[in-house]
Amino acid sequence: MYNARPVCIGIVILVVLLTAPFWVGLFGKNYTETGVQTPTNHEACVEDADFMRAQHMRLLNEWRDQALRNENRTYVAKDGKKWEISLQNTCMKCHTSYKDFCEKCHISNSVSPYCWSCHIIPTEGK
Amino acid sequence: MNGDRRKFLKVAGLSAFALTSGLAGLGLPTKANAQLAPGEYGHGDATVHAKRWAMVIDTRQFKSADDYKPLIEACHKAHNVPDIPGDKTIKWLWLDTYEHVFPDDMNEHMSDRVKGAFYPLLCNHCTNPPCVRVCPTQATYKMADGIVAMDYHRCIGCRFCMAGCPYGARSFNFYDPRKYMKEPTNPRFPTRMIGVVEKCTFCAERLAQGLQPACVEAAKGKILFGDLEDPNSSVRKALAANYSIRRKPNLGTQPGVYYLI
Repeated sequence: MYNARPVCIGIVILVVLLTAPFWVGLFGKNYTETGVQTPTNHEACVEDADFMRAQHMRLLNEWRDQALRNENRTYVAKDGKKWEISLQNTCMKCHTSYKDFCEKCHISNSVSPYCWSCHIIPTEGK
Repeated sequence: MNGDRRKFLKVAGLSAFALTSGLAGLGLPTKANAQLAPGEYGHGDATVHAKRWAMVIDTRQFKSADDYKPLIEACHKAHNVPDIPGDKTIKWLWLDTYEHVFPDDMNEHMSDRVKGAFYPLLCNHCTNPPCVRVCPTQATYKMADGIVAMDYHRCIGCRFCMAGCPYGARSFNFYDPRKYMKEPTNPRFPTRMIGVVEKCTFCAERLAQGLQPACVEAAKGKILFGDLEDPNSSVRKALAANYSIRRKPNLGTQPGVYYLI
């Protein structure tokens, strides 16, 4: 093979670049560094924290479709606890601060969901 | 060589059959319909159910337009309906004259009581809702209990439903509705955003909590709300005992709002 050395180096660089998202994910910053504050006065979310962290957006979509289209407005979690399906009245009851919770991760991940153009952010009383 | 070709063609033929007949998909789980959440969905314990919700408005008991005011206020307060002046207003529950409400039944020699009165208007929650047929995104749909509901998340603001609705029951948000309210009147209910269509929901969110619709509650018995398919319900009894009319029945939409005149 001609120019074996530069070609091999090039291939290595290419592989590293292509797999960069995995490396950043493994060794980069994690969610705690965004400064997100989870509620202190409640023990558990609807489902376990790992599930909520990864899937909350999909869960919210499913909640929306179930509540609005099938009129299933109650969710019985894996641990048997019953929840009213409502972003404003259930989620935001514990996650009272939009600024310290939602926004922290959304900003550092450059996502801008438009939940709050209709849903009402609770006024943060202390 | 010929033996190999024969074998190849057999396998190829079988594979093509399996792929095109749908056999290949049989072994796979139907992931598309799977639910994401590990829990279960259901109705609340307090929820009131019906096969077909309907409303009977006893207009004889309302003496003037002012009598309807508390109803409109209750509705608009419960749903954060903005107060926009002019022709770009948002209507959930509103009033109009007999001539406009029941144009097919109008004649100029009717009694002044009927002709001169105001009548409350709202979404009729039709059995055959034209708005649902024309919605390109299924943002509006008919639920199992007859309520024609809206999913504002999916509304693209095309306004086909407004053209489709023969009752003018749908309003378009030409402006950001929050600019027309000091603060949302009901913090438990969302507002809408600019560019979506909205309308009366028969208070589906209140029925889920076991409550009657806001206007029915405010009417104190002058409006009945119940299951049209239950012969013992208050609405069926009222319809059996009184003469009732519906708006534009000749269109075949089968409105779920009845007027006792």
